[in-house]
Amino acid sequence: MRISSLLYSIRQGLKNIRRNMLFSLASIGTIVSCLFLFGIFYCIIVNFKSAMNDLKNTVTISVFFDKGIDDDKIKLIGEQIRLRDEVNTMDFISADEAWEEYARKRYKDNYEAAMASFAGDNPLKDSASYEITMKDLSNQAEFVNYLSSLDGVRKVSTSEVTADGIQALSSVVGYASIGIIAILLFVSIFLISNTITIGITVRKEEIAIMKLIGATNFFVRAPFIVEGVVIGLVGSLIPLALVWLLYDHVVSYVVGRFNVISNNFAFVPIKDMFAVLIPISAAIGIGLGLIGSILTTRKHLKV
Amino acid sequence: MIILDHVKYKYPGGKKYALNDINIKIEPGEFVFIVGSSGSGKTSLIKLLLKEMEPTSGSLKVAGVDYNKLKRKNIPKLRRRIGVVFQNFRLLKDRTVYENVAFAQRVVETPSRFIRRQVPAMLTLVGLADKYKSYPKQLSGGEQQRVALARALVNKPELLLADEPTGNLDPKNSWEIMRLLEDINRKGTTVVVVTHNKEIVNMMQKRVITLKKGEIISDEQKGGYIDED
Repeated sequence: MRISSLLYSIRQGLKNIRRNMLFSLASIGTIVSCLFLFGIFYCIIVNFKSAMNDLKNTVTISVFFDKGIDDDKIKLIGEQIRLRDEVNTMDFISADEAWEEYARKRYKDNYEAAMASFAGDNPLKDSASYEITMKDLSNQAEFVNYLSSLDGVRKVSTSEVTADGIQALSSVVGYASIGIIAILLFVSIFLISNTITIGITVRKEEIAIMKLIGATNFFVRAPFIVEGVVIGLVGSLIPLALVWLLYDHVVSYVVGRFNVISNNFAFVPIKDMFAVLIPISAAIGIGLGLIGSILTTRKHLKV
Repeated sequence: MIILDHVKYKYPGGKKYALNDINIKIEPGEFVFIVGSSGSGKTSLIKLLLKEMEPTSGSLKVAGVDYNKLKRKNIPKLRRRIGVVFQNFRLLKDRTVYENVAFAQRVVETPSRFIRRQVPAMLTLVGLADKYKSYPKQLSGGEQQRVALARALVNKPELLLADEPTGNLDPKNSWEIMRLLEDINRKGTTVVVVTHNKEIVNMMQKRVITLKKGEIISDEQKGGYIDED
């Protein structure tokens, strides 16, 4: 296609949008709501995943050893565990460290005095352990079975409920958002198709003349495809701007207002978030416009 | 230029043939009238020539192109070789005279520099150079038909089909259009005019093909209008 023809098609496409302003706005509106929701869900999911990653590191498995076990045997168990693919991090907590940590939690500022009162006798002397975090929590049960079967291991304590809860919540949010977005995508395609059908009806005579003069199918269809793409593009840029503003405000509000959240949880930075969200939203918007317009022109505009 | 060989056409669901066993041969550079009352098959014939419909049987060749072998994607190429004007002009009302003619060139993707040169030349040819900024509704019927003619000719077609070009015009304007068609024909374009304008057909002394109920009842060089009544 020549550049002059391309420019002509773009001008005609924009003219179509102006002529069918009401329907164009309806189509843009649907895509905006669709991609706005998509943007919101995306921000939630990404932050959720990031939080989950943080949580994964706090969901630990503790491996305790048989009473009276010697250090070499503990090291051997450690080496065996370290070889496993599931292991993300693994730390050895000695009996003394375990006692000190317990004392700190239990007696807070007076822990040193409390420990002194035991006069070097460690009540947790059999509580040395390996603290393990996993790469993927879904394999936790299987991994715990393995750990329990190791020779010299007395007890394996886990936080299975937490792990399952995180997985389940993440899946529910994921599926619900996919469902809602899919419905909205379908509605968008339908509305774009409707808008373009009206455009074609309005320009019926012009199209008939074009065909008789010898316009190719592509030339006749191009302005309508431009129309669909522009509607899709505008429909994707508006929600991006809205989600950007919203995210920015919500994050600064929450961080400023709730210390508990800001101390325990780091929001994904807005730039990292939008580095992915902008291309995805634009691609969905343009894709919707293309699908809607190509389907409609193929149906109505045959030479 | 045009060869119709035993062409038959029946509308979908129709009982009778709209065109029945039509054989026509028109040489390049000819000027031919196709006449007949309504229902005689004139419009069907034009639609077949423009490849808007497929014949039920028979073969059709225009400018060396065999329609039975013509692929769908090549229809636009064929149509660029055929200019067409209609009784109701079919101009784009929201565009100026210049834009209406330029439209025909844009559609076939002519470079802009050629459009800027060829459109004024064509408007001069049809005597509308000074009205290039006007909109169709500001023009008389005759002027509108001349714009339509300029649009049909600007891509330099080998064949010009005119479907009742004087149907909506007064006698004076009708003659002006016919003179233009004659001029165009003299310059080498084959011209086929479908009409029921008796006076013009009789005065111009060209080849006349008469259709009645889908059949050719006469084909005469320097013929006249045959009154069916």
